[in-house]
Amino acid sequence: MITHPFTYAAPTTIDEAVKALGRSRDAKVLAGGHSLIPLMKLGLAEPELLVDIGRIASLREIKSEDGAIVVGALATHRSIADSSTIGKALTALAEAAAAVGDLQVRSRGTIGGSLAHADPAADEPAPTLAFDATIRVIGPKGRRDIPAREFFKETFETALGPNEIVVEIRFPAPAGHAGSAYAKFPHPASGFAIVGVAALVAVKSDGTIDRAAIGVTGAAAGPFRATAAERALVGTRGDASAIGAAAAKAAEGVTMLADLTASSEFRKQLVMVHTRRALERALERARG
Amino acid sequence: MTTATPSTYIGARTPRKEDPRLIRGSGVFTDDVTLPGMVYVSLVRSPHAHARIRRIDAAAARKEPGVVTVVTGKDAEATGVLPVFITVPGMNGSKHMPLASDRARYAGDAIAAVVADTHKAAKRAADMVTIDYEPLPVVVDATKALEPGAPILHEELGTNLVFTYPVKGGDIDKAFRDAEATVKLHIVNQRLIPNAMEPRSVVAKFEAGELTVWSSTQIPHFVQLILSVNLGLSQNKVRVIAPEVGGGFGSKLQVYAEELLIAHLAKTLGRPVKWTEDRREAYLATIHGRDLVEDVEVAAKRDGTILGVRIRTVANVGAYLQAFAPGIPTILHAFIIPGAYRIPAFDCEVRGAYTNTTPVDAYRGAGRPEATFAIERAMDRLADEIGMDPAELRRKNFVPPDAFPFTTISGITYDSGDYGPALDRALAMADYKGFEKRRAEAKARGKHRGIGLSSYVEICGLAPSKANSALGVGWGGYESARIRVHPTGAVQVFTGTSPHGQGHETSWAQIAADAIGVSPDDIEVRHGDTFESPGMGVGTFGSRSLAVGGIAVHNAAQKIREKVIQIGAHLLEASPADVVVEGGKVFVKGVPEKAKAFGEISMAAYLASNLPDGMEPGLEATTYYDPPNFTFPFGTHVAEVEVDPETGTIEIIRYSACDDCGRQINPMIVEGQLHGGITQGIGQALYETAVYDANGQLLSGSMMEYHVPTAADVPPFALDHTVTLTKTNPLGVKGIGEAGTIASTPAVVNAVIDALSPLGIKHIDMPLTAEKVWQAIRKAGEARR
Repeated sequence: MITHPFTYAAPTTIDEAVKALGRSRDAKVLAGGHSLIPLMKLGLAEPELLVDIGRIASLREIKSEDGAIVVGALATHRSIADSSTIGKALTALAEAAAAVGDLQVRSRGTIGGSLAHADPAADEPAPTLAFDATIRVIGPKGRRDIPAREFFKETFETALGPNEIVVEIRFPAPAGHAGSAYAKFPHPASGFAIVGVAALVAVKSDGTIDRAAIGVTGAAAGPFRATAAERALVGTRGDASAIGAAAAKAAEGVTMLADLTASSEFRKQLVMVHTRRALERALERARG
Repeated sequence: MTTATPSTYIGARTPRKEDPRLIRGSGVFTDDVTLPGMVYVSLVRSPHAHARIRRIDAAAARKEPGVVTVVTGKDAEATGVLPVFITVPGMNGSKHMPLASDRARYAGDAIAAVVADTHKAAKRAADMVTIDYEPLPVVVDATKALEPGAPILHEELGTNLVFTYPVKGGDIDKAFRDAEATVKLHIVNQRLIPNAMEPRSVVAKFEAGELTVWSSTQIPHFVQLILSVNLGLSQNKVRVIAPEVGGGFGSKLQVYAEELLIAHLAKTLGRPVKWTEDRREAYLATIHGRDLVEDVEVAAKRDGTILGVRIRTVANVGAYLQAFAPGIPTILHAFIIPGAYRIPAFDCEVRGAYTNTTPVDAYRGAGRPEATFAIERAMDRLADEIGMDPAELRRKNFVPPDAFPFTTISGITYDSGDYGPALDRALAMADYKGFEKRRAEAKARGKHRGIGLSSYVEICGLAPSKANSALGVGWGGYESARIRVHPTGAVQVFTGTSPHGQGHETSWAQIAADAIGVSPDDIEVRHGDTFESPGMGVGTFGSRSLAVGGIAVHNAAQKIREKVIQIGAHLLEASPADVVVEGGKVFVKGVPEKAKAFGEISMAAYLASNLPDGMEPGLEATTYYDPPNFTFPFGTHVAEVEVDPETGTIEIIRYSACDDCGRQINPMIVEGQLHGGITQGIGQALYETAVYDANGQLLSGSMMEYHVPTAADVPPFALDHTVTLTKTNPLGVKGIGEAGTIASTPAVVNAVIDALSPLGIKHIDMPLTAEKVWQAIRKAGEARR
């Protein structure tokens, strides 16, 4: 039960939404509500003002534009999982979206909400990092584009400024013979990622790996790129030993989380195993 | 094995009468009861596991808009203490008040009740009650609670020891002297959170001297009795209604603090009062289950013959003794440890301990899953030790079919059983013989595959009243039933059982229909309202309802049948011996065309002008049935699993079970009980655990942390059954409500350990989470290096 009183605004344009946010020092943006509403019910978030951006229809779109796939902030996990555009070019994103919560959560929850909330166990930050997406935000000072690697800070912390709203996420379509995959170890109860790994690989015509990008979620205080593993893989032929050697570096230099379900030691193991599994599937797709 | 002859309705897969309203959402649960002028309660609960309460300041809360009053323990002493229904010898009972006034003994102990016009206002004001606590040292582990110097919860007792309960038989020292092989196991049967789908809820109103309480309970009659006694109301002025109840699993087998408190508030405020717990509150303040630590030793010959079992148990009862808590690790656990086996020497001692944790009481199976887990894990360990097939070891030690009625070494008498056929069928379903091939095939894929079984015997049909008395249970174990046939022939069955998902409305109608000769569709079964009940009902728990309450219905229906035959014979001018009651008609054998309709007979009973000489008018029967013995269902379950060594993840590939619950009234309901029960037992094996930190804070405090398995977590279950009738009751029925939970936990754990045994792994504590399994595999790998 939400016991604290709050004001509710439902603007129909982004500008109105930004202005509405400015009316309170303690305002929150409401998108799908699948992170914020539970926190409010538990009394862990008590915003004075809720700005519901659900009526801004343009934010729901998923479209191709200038070699990028642009996903509106209000695109639901379900619409992302079901999008053929995303499924083909950004397979890891589609798989990550399909791995979020359950059908009800996927039908209401949005990618913009998930990224802005920055739960360290959310799924979509992993492919967002792996695809080097750009997060477009609009605030009182206008528009800015934040690269994914700069967007995620710590647990529940992002580069979003005061009263800035995520409006879209721009995923550059991977060039060449590319393939991607998402491998997840879910929490048995909550379904959140204990570890989730999104891997993107591109291969040259001679079969050597041209490019590798690995985004990891769940394992640490924030999502991260497994750069040591990426470097270890580029230039190899992507055989089992190369993948294994790269996966072994996936948690290098990162402090792993520890909780009731998984110690840091176990998380590290899961990062390595799921990196390998994601890479294997991504490579299969890149070669296919 | 005897095969029961199917009767007309008994044995049919009759669709549940309950389901249409439940599926359509039109069932009325306690929280759906809303009355004019109603006020709402929110409870202030201690955040500390152990603290002295120095001062309670409710002034700010009282000033909040909508707040009616704030009540503390001192204001609510008129509720009296919470009841404990079982007293074991030498028991140190705890004084348990609905609101703690001097000391909080677990995180969640209620301290104050805020009453307001709306639920929201009550909840907000509850946050404004300021309590000055002096934190005290905390103990959460039962073994540590019994060590010298441990913080004492109940100072008046001077100890945390609740009881020491021995059960012994035979010469245990000789057994171990003669042993050619021995095994030892240390078992942690972890704490579980019951998680009924419907949280608890209580609504009370007091009008014209009459108290009506709606409660989500398994035992409305006990609640009525205690409310009457504690609140000083004449029992006929207290009505308790258990409307739809959304699951209990033992967690609603209580007279809870909130039931006493809400009734007391309704009585003192003169307004209807409602309290409904939320899920987080349920995790803290509804009883938990299990939490035993056991040291098991088995003495055997090398040929597998068991010579003796020694077991030492410490049971965590939590901060206070709840209603049935003293009986769970003792009566329902210690006596049944010998299980399906002929064991010549037995030495068991159970100690109970208070700790700064949520009280622990009955949870589906209640004592019997713990007993079965201990003996069935020990059987596998012994099989491993002597190099014998686990199925053969079990078969070798089974109580043979010609030994029944069989008195076990713990002193209880099994009614009937034939354990071999259930084992054989389960093994056949599981293709036990073909397993090694599957293990090899899995190994080639990098997976460890294992198979495990569990053969169980459980105690159902609680309980003969004399046995209850001898065991320290402070009430009879009978059940009541009343059948009223209205003049028009409409039939109502009133039962003292209180179903909360079991489908009694359907099964009891089937039982009555066979006796009365009408269709179950024409029989209404009513329950859970003390004002229309047959008399004193005991309630629904311990797989007792059918073998006790169902028999009461059967006996009442037989009385109706007898009277119908007498009236029929009189009207048809025939001998009662020649009268047939069938298909809603009463006729002389061989002359169905000259039948009297059932409604004509019932009308005659009430017209009363043409009845046999000396017969009372009316067509109604009330019975109390007190069973002469318990019933002892049994069976064998087989689980087959695959373990992913890289992640420790366990997949249950196949699950086969053959259960024998005597005659089945409704096989569909039997299967439903097994599906749910097996899944619940898998929950304990693989997922569920209530975790406290050293300060007594419940870390697994929500469904985000605590995984209750669903259909998505389990394989399809292959079910079969044998039918060994019990002679204890006229229908030959035993009970099936808990068998799945009892059998599946050890079967699954045995399968996982079997999968990992090639690595030298002999034990992993439950739940077998991915990390624990992975760590065990890793350590085994290091040990081999």
